[in-house]
Amino acid sequence: MQVSASNAVIEAKTLNLTFQTNDGPVHALKDVNLTINKGEFVSFIGPSGCGKTTLLRVIADLEQPTSGKITVNGLSPEAARRARAYGYVFQAAGLYPWRTIEGNVRLPLEIMGYARADQRERVARVLELVELKGFEKKFPWQLSGGMQQRASIARALAFDADILLMDEPFGALDEIVRDRLNEELLKLWARTEKTIAFVTHSIPEAVYLSTKIVVMSPRPGRITDIIESTLPSERPLDIRDSAEFIAIAHRVREGLRAGHVDD
Amino acid sequence: MKNILPVLTVTFALLIGWYLAVVPMNAQWERDQAARAGAEITFTELVSRTMAQDRPRLPAPHQVAVELWNSTWVEEMTGRRGWWNTGTLSNRSLVYHGWVTFSATMLGFAIGTGLGITLAVGIVYNRAMDASVMPWAIASQTIPIIALAPMIIVVLNSVGISGMIPKAVIAAYLSFFPVVVGMVKGLRAPDAMQLDLMKTWSAPGLAVFLRLRLPSSMPYLFASLKVGIAAALVGTIVGELPVQQGGLGVRLLSGSYYGQTVQIWSALFAAAILAATMVGVIGLIQRATLKRMGMAQ
Repeated sequence: MQVSASNAVIEAKTLNLTFQTNDGPVHALKDVNLTINKGEFVSFIGPSGCGKTTLLRVIADLEQPTSGKITVNGLSPEAARRARAYGYVFQAAGLYPWRTIEGNVRLPLEIMGYARADQRERVARVLELVELKGFEKKFPWQLSGGMQQRASIARALAFDADILLMDEPFGALDEIVRDRLNEELLKLWARTEKTIAFVTHSIPEAVYLSTKIVVMSPRPGRITDIIESTLPSERPLDIRDSAEFIAIAHRVREGLRAGHVDD
Repeated sequence: MKNILPVLTVTFALLIGWYLAVVPMNAQWERDQAARAGAEITFTELVSRTMAQDRPRLPAPHQVAVELWNSTWVEEMTGRRGWWNTGTLSNRSLVYHGWVTFSATMLGFAIGTGLGITLAVGIVYNRAMDASVMPWAIASQTIPIIALAPMIIVVLNSVGISGMIPKAVIAAYLSFFPVVVGMVKGLRAPDAMQLDLMKTWSAPGLAVFLRLRLPSSMPYLFASLKVGIAAALVGTIVGELPVQQGGLGVRLLSGSYYGQTVQIWSALFAAAILAATMVGVIGLIQRATLKRMGMAQ
């Protein structure tokens, strides 16, 4: 593969995706143009039906676009998936109840054929990264929802994917747990230097986490605004009370409202 | 063990109901006997005699219990043809007949379970089988086994297969069905998200099967196996009726030929005890397996 001059990791050009349903075609994505650069933390925000999850699934090769072009690491999404370019975190932790936390994190490594010693070393490392050290032998039902989601993040980090795709990973958690996990995720992102694409419907979450915020609107699903965050990379939780934070949040809200006018 | 009291209560109630039914069921014969002898019979005499007939319409529970004891422990330990004296099981004991039935049941259950799992895997992975197998499986269970069993035995016998195999085939015929139904459900238990997750790892089909679908299906499999093994026992007993080469089915039929109701009932109870034991053993394996998998409550 030819290394492009820019360090774009994900590039979409006039991407369209139409689902054929019994009620006629649904335009899940319309003319989406987007570039995500290496090391960025990009949030997709918008009301339900705006195509943010669909876009993430197209990047992950879980949905096929109807037209347009998309590359991941310079490859087609399918080739990138086969090259194990990304880890995917779903809204539900999706841990296997019959495997311990350790066993769950090890699962992708087993499937990808890592050597046993390497598996052990990686599992220990990522569990420490998500602060689940000491819970290796527990079964998922013995852990809280927040801890389960941390384990599923560890599972996505265990192999050498430099992209992390996260689909509302904290959507089912309460505010307090969510705040803490947001803070931890930022630290983790700084330490691992991954490129993260993050779907959310929480404005504070999007503004707090992202270097770039993609605002989307429904019917047809499209991008209405792309905001480059001006916040510093060091972000304590109380940055959310700063004027700069509120200004960005305001712009996101405006973007969301603009998308709703034609409803 | 906290359900032991309710179980005992129900058992006790059933025993009372049984004893109460024994008197009216057997009374007519005692009255006829008394009338023939020209004797009067008091109510207490009537009650005690209905509990001790040789060939009662409905044997009393203790008669069945005594017959069960005599045709197992007593026959094998003291009988001329018993295990104690000859080293082989007596063909007059329920231990022998129970063993004959049990071995055919296990063989049939193994065949049925294997067939059931194979068909379920086919149904889940092959669209043609998905569309075609299930209606046939359902149709197969609508045919009364009592009508089918002699034909299976005759056909197999004509190609030189006799003994345990035909009985096992009939047992398998009944026991594969719950396994198919349960395993199809179980193998399809993983939701779209779990399958998507496997796809994001580019997991090969075999890994998806072994590491996701198969473990997911375990609770369903065990539920099916419990139904399946009981069905296999019924199939074996039905298969033994026309063959008359030993087994609890033979004891049931010969008991009814000769009006030996006590023998019929004790064979029935032997079959029930056998079934309960087999289902109980599967329950234990289930608990051990699910506990090892961390899925036990």
